[in-house]
Amino acid sequence: MKGPLISFKEITKTYITGPVEYQALRGVSFDLEKGEFVSIMGPSGSGKSTIMNIVGALDTPTTGIYRLKGKDISHYDEDELAEIRNKEVGFVFQSFNLLSRTSVLKNVIRPMMYSNIDKKEREVRAMEKLEMVGLIDKASNLSNHLSGGQIQRVAIARALVMNPSIVLADEPTGNLDTKTAEEIMGTLKKLNDKGVTVIVITHEENIAEFTKRIIKIRDGVVV
Amino acid sequence: MELQELFLLAVEALRRNVGRTLLTMLGIIIGIASVITIMSLGAGSTKSIVDSISSFGANVLTVSPGRAKRGPGGESSVVTTLTSDDAKEIEKLNNVKSVSRVVSSSKTITANSESENVQVRGVDASYSEIQSLEFMSGGFFDEGDVLSAAKDVALGDEVVEELFGEGAEEFVIGETVRIDGRVFQIVGVLEESSEAIVPVTTAQNILFGQTHLDSISVEMEEAELSSLLEAEIESLLLDQHDIDDVEAADFNIRNSQNMVDTISSVTGTLTGLLSGIAAISLVVGGIGIMNIMLVTVTERTKEIGLLKALGAKHKDILSQFLIEAVVLTIMGGIIGIVLGMAVALVAATAMNIPFVVTPLSIALSVGVSVGVGILFGWYPASKAAKLHPIDALRYE
Repeated sequence: MKGPLISFKEITKTYITGPVEYQALRGVSFDLEKGEFVSIMGPSGSGKSTIMNIVGALDTPTTGIYRLKGKDISHYDEDELAEIRNKEVGFVFQSFNLLSRTSVLKNVIRPMMYSNIDKKEREVRAMEKLEMVGLIDKASNLSNHLSGGQIQRVAIARALVMNPSIVLADEPTGNLDTKTAEEIMGTLKKLNDKGVTVIVITHEENIAEFTKRIIKIRDGVVV
Repeated sequence: MELQELFLLAVEALRRNVGRTLLTMLGIIIGIASVITIMSLGAGSTKSIVDSISSFGANVLTVSPGRAKRGPGGESSVVTTLTSDDAKEIEKLNNVKSVSRVVSSSKTITANSESENVQVRGVDASYSEIQSLEFMSGGFFDEGDVLSAAKDVALGDEVVEELFGEGAEEFVIGETVRIDGRVFQIVGVLEESSEAIVPVTTAQNILFGQTHLDSISVEMEEAELSSLLEAEIESLLLDQHDIDDVEAADFNIRNSQNMVDTISSVTGTLTGLLSGIAAISLVVGGIGIMNIMLVTVTERTKEIGLLKALGAKHKDILSQFLIEAVVLTIMGGIIGIVLGMAVALVAATAMNIPFVVTPLSIALSVGVSVGVGILFGWYPASKAAKLHPIDALRYE
């Protein structure tokens, strides 16, 4: 693969709701290399969530070019984007990360059900990733019997299970106390040390400081 | 995803809310149960009627006066053209084993100061064999009694019970009863009958005062040649009655198969009609399922968003919710089949008809259940599949 892992070129995004047009991104450009630990930081309304949506293949830009591993995926359709999310992106959300009343193991296995991974291998891989985040003993627990920190660690294990190009964490510590937040950031840092590309979306300076590079966003542009 | 996985996911989802699942299935359960019950009772009563007609024997033809097609505007007056001569001529035809003249009318029978209104039938001695009559005691009158117009009577067991009390069959032989005030001697007691049978000559001359016949029973040697004999009888009687036009025939010929066919088609139509009404409740049940699936999709919007973020495609979400609806209706269908069979069994026992469940009705019920699930599950499932991942994730 030549060039950067992620390449944003003059990305704009305009939302149209009825008669109101709102430009969330006004030409954002940056490159990310494989193995980076980056935070995208900005206050609410700055457009950082829109960047996350586009990077995570949840949405497509209005104009501009988004290259992931050298492929232009700016104009992919819904199912093609689903495939990218499944294979290349591991998500960790702020809340509602896990399927309710479903075991930890089943939650981690789920992304592999949307791929043609051998059934026997699914459990092996899921247990491997749960071991990485130190939750192997909770594998059969139901998701609603976990603490906030544990939920985020299960989400991280699930994000890793497809061996994606990037792990995308959207305010992963937003609902956690300071100590647990630091633990989660520590886990993400350890992953990065093993070579995983990690992107954290946050509005908190002290969280952003855990990462090696900070991209600041304000009013839809990089500052 | 494989079907088996989807099925397990659906069962898991439905188990999370057992109460709602059961209530949603109720419409399908009731619909399928009523269709199964009605079809089963319909088949049972048809079988019961057909069995009793078939017991008369498939090798018997009945010639009756009047036109074959009766209905509004048809002649209602008594046709008196069928006579003993006709019966005598029919007896000469090939393939005819025996013939019995039949006259019948309702008369009052008295004995022991009890009186009873009974259908009295006047027949030849051969009638007993033609209709395979069964006797509880005694026997039938013979040809000599017919020739001499003897005042003998074979009474149905139900009549005997009314007149002489329960268990009187054994000692009533030789006792006398009065029919329209005339004394008759009891020669036999018929099983499962509420008739009184007397020699045809006695009935014509003494009781009814008529020379014409109400029908002629013809027993065939070969039931397979029935249509040939029917044609022969038809041309013979047209000739006897001096009628040129077949359409103007003053008699009609039926065999027991015709009657079975007619009755089967009537009960079949009724069963179909009632099943159709029951099927409406299936549609109502289906709408209930659609309603609940729509609620489920709304409730699980965030989950759908999460699944899409994890890489679920349009078809993955569509099939997940569709299978959930189908599992709901199939489970409802199976419970409905079991319930319907139970109700049919109880009803059939109470109505004293055979309990019949046709494989067709079960196959139909399962098919309809799946169909209802797909039909009414499609809209909610496709609504779920079309959700945009970001909108779904942000849904509050």
